[in-house]
Amino acid sequence: MLGNWLYIGIFALVALMMPAITILIAGILSPKKPDPIKNSTYECGVETVGPNWTQIKIQYYVFALVFLIFDVEAVLLFPWAVAYQFLPLYAIIEGVLFLLILVIGFFYAWRKGALEWF
Amino acid sequence: MDFLRDPFGFVIQWYVGWLSGLGLPAFGVELISKLTGALVLATGAMLFVVFLIWYERKLIGRIQDRFGPNRVGPWGIFQPVADMLKIFTKEYITPIGADKVTYNLAPILAVAAVLLLWSVLPLSVTVVGTDLNVGLLFLIAVGGLGEMSYILAGWGSNNKYALLGAFRLVAQLISYEVPLVLSALVPVMLAGTLSVTGIVQAQENVWFIVAAPAAALIFFIASIAEIGRSPFDLIEAESELVAGYNIEYSGLKFGMFFVAEFLHAFTVSMIFATVFLGGWRGPGAEQIPVLGFVYLMVKTFVVYFVTILFRGTLPRFRIDQMMNLNWKVLTPLSLGLIMAMSIVGGLTRQLPAFWQVTAYLIINLLLLGATDQLMHFAQNRKTKLNLATQPGKGVLTTSSKHGSGE
Repeated sequence: MLGNWLYIGIFALVALMMPAITILIAGILSPKKPDPIKNSTYECGVETVGPNWTQIKIQYYVFALVFLIFDVEAVLLFPWAVAYQFLPLYAIIEGVLFLLILVIGFFYAWRKGALEWF
Repeated sequence: MDFLRDPFGFVIQWYVGWLSGLGLPAFGVELISKLTGALVLATGAMLFVVFLIWYERKLIGRIQDRFGPNRVGPWGIFQPVADMLKIFTKEYITPIGADKVTYNLAPILAVAAVLLLWSVLPLSVTVVGTDLNVGLLFLIAVGGLGEMSYILAGWGSNNKYALLGAFRLVAQLISYEVPLVLSALVPVMLAGTLSVTGIVQAQENVWFIVAAPAAALIFFIASIAEIGRSPFDLIEAESELVAGYNIEYSGLKFGMFFVAEFLHAFTVSMIFATVFLGGWRGPGAEQIPVLGFVYLMVKTFVVYFVTILFRGTLPRFRIDQMMNLNWKVLTPLSLGLIMAMSIVGGLTRQLPAFWQVTAYLIINLLLLGATDQLMHFAQNRKTKLNLATQPGKGVLTTSSKHGSGE
């Protein structure tokens, strides 16, 4: 098992090095002629007004919260799904009940308008 | 003979044997062989992108009644090579006020996240990077790592368009992760394991797309959204966001995002082929492993072709339509699917495998039909509401009803 993760670790290093080295080589080959106009923020030819790291509307965070619930739920469900073949019927019903509770929460969020994009 | 049946496995065995013959300690042999394997696989995947770009441009060209690239080499096959050579000599323009670390890390992370997916995909019986016992979870988690690179790019660029694009992208990607993960539960349930090799092994008698077509459909749509392809390409919507998160990138840093996108599209097709279409399974694949590789490639290219067909023929969604499709159609459907399939599977456990698969198939088709009916119902109700509230625009709403497909 440890050997598997060793391979993943090596692969992660290789995967990170590969684009990094390519970008580095291209950086050596390419010309470097910076000037203030060229390096200014691109905004369709108009000068930028105000800070660029602007505020973002609340809707994004609401969706992120709903996502968080479902992601945690999915992580909890994966062991259940792996063991599913050997589970007795009552354990399956329990899993379904767990999902049903989430479905109720999901419809509550839906009714509350958390899933509306406006 | 052995070489012809399984050239990859043969070379790997020969290489490991040669390494241990050098008198290195066992750990060193393992380390070096793994490093070589990773290097070969990652390099192969990166070089494969050149072919993918040509394939996609040619196909898109044909769909749009053009020739596509046809000047450089036979059928223009060296066009991406020429493009790559050109992009190598392009200047890097770093905008003033950019966050240097995140700005430079983003393209590297984008490619690395996609390459890392290849480490657990079984290419044939004998050729597999590593058989991780949490393989499918690993695939989803690493696929999610790509999102990080996009938000880094959007945040580090110090540009309003880039930031808007990145926020949209993250909203889209995390939303579509929900049905993706939930529909990935179904093959795990059917196979009883998270290991990707195990999932392929479990599809000996029947592919999971037959047992669970609804899950396959959800998984496919969600993976197209995950790679940010049309019709879900509003993250780089050229007409509104100019280019989205990669607006301030130039030279090879920009190119890396495209390498990541093309490779991700292909990898996602490969994951779909592995999880739902039986991976390397096919007649004679066990005895002649190289055939399994061919089968996997054929299946992957079929899926990849469909994603390109989607890209070439469908218009872009509006952001609220895209969110509605995810949260109000795909997520409830996948939740219902897991509940229905687990109950049906529990009840039909005593039956022979054939009847169990039939029961799964029926419940899948029933759910798909019910979803279709519900969507029609919702559409009709919306149209009626529009008619009631806007009497002046009644004619327009009724006529547009036919055009707005679900």
